[in-house]
Amino acid sequence: MLLFALTGLVLYAVLGGADFGAGLWQLLSGPGSHGRTIRDHAHHAMAPVWEANHVWLIFVLTVTWTAFPLAFGSLASTLTIPISLAALGIIFRGLAYALQSATDIPRERRIIDLAFAASSILTPFMLGAAIGAIASGRVPPGNAAGDLVTSWVNATSILAGCLAVGIGAFLAAVYLAADAARLDEAGLQNAFRWRALVSGVITGALAIAGLLVMREDARHVYHGLTSGYGLAAVIVSVLAGVGTLALVWRSQFQPARVTAALAVAAVVAGWAAAQRPTVLPGLTLHQAAAGRDTQIAVIVSVVVGGVILAPSLGLLFRLVLTGGFDPGPERLPGSAAPAGTARTRPAARHLRPGAICLLAGFVLLTLLDSPTAHVFGVLALLAAALLAFAAAVPDEPETTPSNTGSDRSETGTAP
Amino acid sequence: MLGGATLTSGLTGVQQNHLLQARQMQALSFIVHIPLVCFGIAFPAMILFIEWRYLRTGEDVYRTLARRWTKVLVTLFAAGVVTGTILSFEMGLLWPDFTSTFGSVFGLGFAIEGFSFFLEAIFIGIYVYGWDRLSPRAHLLAGIPIAGAGVLGSLMVISVNGWMNHPQGFRLVKGQVVDVRPWRALFGNGYFWHELVHMYLAGYIVTGFVVGGAYAIGWLRGRRDRYHRIALAVPLTSAAVAAPLQVLVGDWAARDVANQQPIKLAALEGLGATTHGAPIHLFGWYSGGHVKYGIEIPRLLSLLAFHRVNATVTGLNSVPTDDVPPVNVVRIAFQLMVGIGSLLALLSLIFLILRWRRGGLPSSPWFYRAVALAGPASVVALIAGWVTTEVGRQPWVVYRVMRTDQAVTSASGIPVSYAMLAVAYLVLLAAIGWALRRLASRPLPESVPMDAPAG
Repeated sequence: MLLFALTGLVLYAVLGGADFGAGLWQLLSGPGSHGRTIRDHAHHAMAPVWEANHVWLIFVLTVTWTAFPLAFGSLASTLTIPISLAALGIIFRGLAYALQSATDIPRERRIIDLAFAASSILTPFMLGAAIGAIASGRVPPGNAAGDLVTSWVNATSILAGCLAVGIGAFLAAVYLAADAARLDEAGLQNAFRWRALVSGVITGALAIAGLLVMREDARHVYHGLTSGYGLAAVIVSVLAGVGTLALVWRSQFQPARVTAALAVAAVVAGWAAAQRPTVLPGLTLHQAAAGRDTQIAVIVSVVVGGVILAPSLGLLFRLVLTGGFDPGPERLPGSAAPAGTARTRPAARHLRPGAICLLAGFVLLTLLDSPTAHVFGVLALLAAALLAFAAAVPDEPETTPSNTGSDRSETGTAP
Repeated sequence: MLGGATLTSGLTGVQQNHLLQARQMQALSFIVHIPLVCFGIAFPAMILFIEWRYLRTGEDVYRTLARRWTKVLVTLFAAGVVTGTILSFEMGLLWPDFTSTFGSVFGLGFAIEGFSFFLEAIFIGIYVYGWDRLSPRAHLLAGIPIAGAGVLGSLMVISVNGWMNHPQGFRLVKGQVVDVRPWRALFGNGYFWHELVHMYLAGYIVTGFVVGGAYAIGWLRGRRDRYHRIALAVPLTSAAVAAPLQVLVGDWAARDVANQQPIKLAALEGLGATTHGAPIHLFGWYSGGHVKYGIEIPRLLSLLAFHRVNATVTGLNSVPTDDVPPVNVVRIAFQLMVGIGSLLALLSLIFLILRWRRGGLPSSPWFYRAVALAGPASVVALIAGWVTTEVGRQPWVVYRVMRTDQAVTSASGIPVSYAMLAVAYLVLLAAIGWALRRLASRPLPESVPMDAPAG
């Protein structure tokens, strides 16, 4: 169960993190046409996948409140400020995505880009700070039982927030460099190669600083990270991080994608391992967990959902990563559609069965009281709706059958 | 069964002076999100219908229309994603005691809803960016999961709402929630089916009249070529088919409320005392146990709710004053919903009969003025409907088990976050409106033949 929440968190960090990082690079892209190219590259790479990346957060939230309700309630009430601010950032990010396709005017684009970039820093910082608050044991169980401010304004939280921003920037730079390499954009590739190297070094330094701070501020997690599974995860993360830098240095971006993601995943896994067995002070994982039936129900739905989602997600990423959505000439012009034969449908013949279904629905749903009758009543009404729709043929053929108004024949020009 | 037991919530000791603001903040979040849900339910189906017509006929006008609507869908979906995320944040930010006490009972619905949301996001990505990259058939197929996920997602959320109105699937032992059966709680629940069907039809009515209303304004301004006629006829026909059926479904919903939540029904109708052969009042104001200045129709409530003119209908005086919802808010919202719904059904019938008998679109400008009005009116009816069921459930968050004031957060600063959200949503709405106007004012591609079928 915890595994699902963690897998979700790891995927959110690895995919959603890159999404936030892309926003950061848009902010730091500089002025002029070079900056514009960088911003457009980041946008094109992320636009098809941001919603899917983002939903991992919702997955984490829902699994947490179903499987660990007590912990969720305590976290959300004590950490109300950082979580609200993260939510605010999410509003403006989504807004920026929604608006991006609506305008090409530079001045408007600049405002949208700025809102996007600012919220791309705000949200991961606040989520990181919230995790720092958990790690340093500042969220006791209870309805807003912890301090609303100092719980997340402290050394561990601030470092965790910076680390979250840094991780996003690093991941985004590596992924975007790989995308640029695929598109054969040498200038972009080089730009993001340098960004990946610099942000990688900074993020690594932040991680080490984080360890030192936690030694003073979050001893429990510090001990966890320097022994057992926690230590193993730290070692994996360090190796993968250094390996990524080496691969990026040699411009081998495709394997660097994998090692960068691994380095970040290991950080999250290491934190989880070190945090065990308590979630919140005085509340162990076991005590926080929901009952057995709920756990099983969540596992079943996650497995079934996973079976449906995995191939879909695979399809999306295959299309994105193999360049299926890259800008370029249309590969399938519109005229390739099978020019089927336009059949005129005798509409009125649907009316009589439609009326019969409507009558049946009325009797079953309205006059009778048994639930079974209601089920069939709803089905009959559904059939009536489909038949009525078919009878009304919203096709609007060129030559209208009868009462053509005089205004009907004009050839409209587009507004 | 559960009514008498007292509840010990998962967390302890709620201290909150701003319960009303917390409820308003939640309501604001719903009001912004719910119309977007309607578009999630119905708009993909309409786009798919048009794309299917394109595949059948090969006429470019359908393709152009479907592509342009896809852009609108993306904008609205993005807004739906963020407002939906805010709602799930608020489950913890505003109501941590509700979530921590009952998360194990109702959370499953949201977990599955998360999946359907996921599916929707994935296939919207494929559908939107695949217009020129996938074969027409594959593209149409990629759209089907979007429509399916919209239905599945709303089913899940409404199952949770059904459970809040009619809680089951757990037991209270010494105030603790035990013996949790999440599947039975959510889906073995007889209460939520009418809510689902009611909301589903509402999705088509709102989407149909809002989109149709926009093109009706276009019709009045002289945009009457084939492209615009199709863009008007498809949503309008969908809404016109759904609106009259909604009358029957709404009546079914009211009878379920009468059986399961008698106090809510009493609030809907402003029925102070338990009455044999209870009347219905149109309009008026509830005060001191009676509806004043209303038009009384004798015995109609008993007839509608229980199919017997002399049936006994429970009044508000059967429960302590503390357990009575704010009657006038609920009653006015209910009358608004029913009134607008009836007018929309009437407009729909006129449209359908004209269309069946004579074909084509009506020629009177008054019809288009009415459709243009029907768009915003349908949104008002939708929100009024949700106010009816949600405020009608007060003071309970989980009907007769947990009160709203037991569920709220103890954290201070609710007015601040309420103000912040209100400003953010104002910006959001203004920006979405601006983006949609921008999309609408883009010229149609030259290649769309307005008269000759595409060759």
